[in-house]
Amino acid sequence: MKIIVLMKQVGNKDAILRINRDETWIEEGDLSFEVNESDGYALEEALRLREKHGGEVVVCSMGPQRVKSVIKDALARGADRAIHIAGDDLAHVGPFASATILAEAIHGEQPDLVLTGLQSDDYGFAQTGVILAELLKFPHATIVIEVDASGERLRVKRELESGWYQWYSMPTPALLTIQSGISQIRYATLKGIMAAKKKEIREVTPSAEALSGAAQHQRVTKIYFPLKTKQTQFLGNGDAKAGAAQLAEKLRTEARVI
Amino acid sequence: MNFELNEEQLQIKMSVREFAEGEIAPHVLEWDESQHFPVELLPKLAELGLMGIIFPEEYGGAGMGYVEYVTAIEELSRVDGSVGISVAAHNSLCSNHIYMFGSEEQKQKYLLPLAQGKHLGAWGLTEAQAGSDASGTRSTAVRQDGGGWLVNGSKNFITHAIHGDTCVAVASTDRSKGNRGITAFIFEKGMKGFAPAKKENKLGLRASETASVIFEDCLVPDANRIGNEGEGFLQAMQVLDGGRISIAALAVGIAQGAYESALKYSKEREQFGKPISEFQAIQFKLADMATQIDAARLLMYRAAYLKDQGRKVTKESAMAKLYASEVSVRVSEEAIQIHGGYGYTKDYPPEKYWRDSKLCTIGEGTSEIQRLVIAKQLLKNS
Ligand SMILES: Cc1cc2nc3c(=O)[nH]c(=O)nc-3n(C[C@H](O)[C@H](O)[C@H](O)COP(=O)(O)OP(=O)(O)OC[C@H]3O[C@@H](n4cnc5c(N)ncnc54)[C@H](O)[C@@H]3O)c2cc1C
Repeated sequence: MKIIVLMKQVGNKDAILRINRDETWIEEGDLSFEVNESDGYALEEALRLREKHGGEVVVCSMGPQRVKSVIKDALARGADRAIHIAGDDLAHVGPFASATILAEAIHGEQPDLVLTGLQSDDYGFAQTGVILAELLKFPHATIVIEVDASGERLRVKRELESGWYQWYSMPTPALLTIQSGISQIRYATLKGIMAAKKKEIREVTPSAEALSGAAQHQRVTKIYFPLKTKQTQFLGNGDAKAGAAQLAEKLRTEARVI
Repeated sequence: MNFELNEEQLQIKMSVREFAEGEIAPHVLEWDESQHFPVELLPKLAELGLMGIIFPEEYGGAGMGYVEYVTAIEELSRVDGSVGISVAAHNSLCSNHIYMFGSEEQKQKYLLPLAQGKHLGAWGLTEAQAGSDASGTRSTAVRQDGGGWLVNGSKNFITHAIHGDTCVAVASTDRSKGNRGITAFIFEKGMKGFAPAKKENKLGLRASETASVIFEDCLVPDANRIGNEGEGFLQAMQVLDGGRISIAALAVGIAQGAYESALKYSKEREQFGKPISEFQAIQFKLADMATQIDAARLLMYRAAYLKDQGRKVTKESAMAKLYASEVSVRVSEEAIQIHGGYGYTKDYPPEKYWRDSKLCTIGEGTSEIQRLVIAKQLLKNS
């Protein structure tokens, strides 16, 4: 079984965030980077599937040279080889654009399974995997917490709302977006770290076609911290009982705290 | 000259950090309180490659150098010094003694399972009458006509005395020759006449096992003698040259952990309407702590680097060990001060770092002995 795992590098969760000068993103100079949390679980799931069924795990990451550290970490944890879609601007394209570029890069690999994290911890669209599945013409399942690849068809367990689950079966090749926290992620061993030095990282750049075709769908125009405003209202017009009733109503319907 | 870790070394640092935070941090308090030696952690440390980190792959090790080794010990000790000292004693004392001076047969039989982490190692130099004066060994080994050696005596303060599978210990084989009459032997757990005794109830590093061992007419085969008769003391001194770098790493890790807890707390704790980190008195403390830790770490890495170059590091490792351990005690004490009354309780980390740090100025040679070692090297070369 050939499994491709898409892994994104995102800013460290504990970083103090400042908005950049163009007001289009956070100031990256302040950040340290780490692997997107749910992508780590996607990799772990892929490695476990490989241990059970054999095959190959290929990680794919998109972005500037700094994303190599995510790739090397994945190789040290046990992935077999990697594809790096290199480009300084690729960290900030929307989900459709990402999916288009990713589809082009992995198409020739003919994977049996593509795993992604549920969503990225920075933009949080949760769309890239889903759109990619459509572009690849693969069936997909989201928020997957368990994968059974022992049978003819793939069986996956999805997490629904309020403690409900769903088992779902589909043919391969397929794409799954993996939920965080579903397993214990293995550590990179010293041997793994040294072995990773010899593993292939193929660097590719997106075609002009993929870039231009993808560019138009979505653009961030402005990001800002939630604005805080202060407002005073007098309730009840001197009548305490009416004021209390209005207050209760507002707490229920506007503030939604009761 | 390069003051940075390379890419793989940085990966090792981050991997051990992730491991320590995931597998050790959640248990630190409980292990400390209950003096629990976490044997259950050993297979995981082995899996990571830490139980044989400095030994070549053909002996079951990870084939790393001292730079990687001290990086790992620092990261373990940043979370729990008890685990740091365990890995350090296992690697650089017991296993390294066999690696440096053992025969090929001994390496295959004993080093291999040690480096693979299947066996745990202990090392016995210290005795009741032989502490700083390690040549004062009273334990004796007498050659038997039927072959082998009959060993009598005891060792104390031995890390892994109870759970250790393999113990390298020295005994006097010819009292008339003083420290040239001391020989090292390999003992196996379960050998008749070789048994652990009292476990120490310690101030710090309480999750590390320290106990005495007793030799009572213990017959050890001649095949278990390491090197020639009379070489044991000199071997031990060379083993300590390497070992002390790892105690420097233990000290740096403890100091780093204490410092980080103080830095965090100083930004959160408010008095007089602002975070205490805005008071210059606290800032100066933090600045001194960070500077001293950096200096200690640089001494540690210099010694490790020189060791990897195959150079003699008697002076450099003693300097690193001396300075780092004293920094460790100072920094963790300041960390308590920055925490105020809360630092005096077990609800916050610094008190444990402080208790743990104190071992560093004692084990593998006290600070006083390090100064003697350094001075001897200085005067010899001047
Ligand atoms: C937690 C722990 C783990 C240990 N693990 C091991 C182990 O695995 N294997 C092992 O063999 N040992 C181990 N030790 C023993 C350790 O190495 C000794 O405790 C240490 O060498 C000091 O010896 P001592 O305790 O007998 O102190 P002493 O030698 O009695 O020293 C008492 C004081 O006198 C000072 N002093 C002694 N001689 C001089 C001098 N010439 N000049 C100036 N001052 C002097 C010392 O610096 C110290 O301040 C361990 C100890 C501890 C606490």
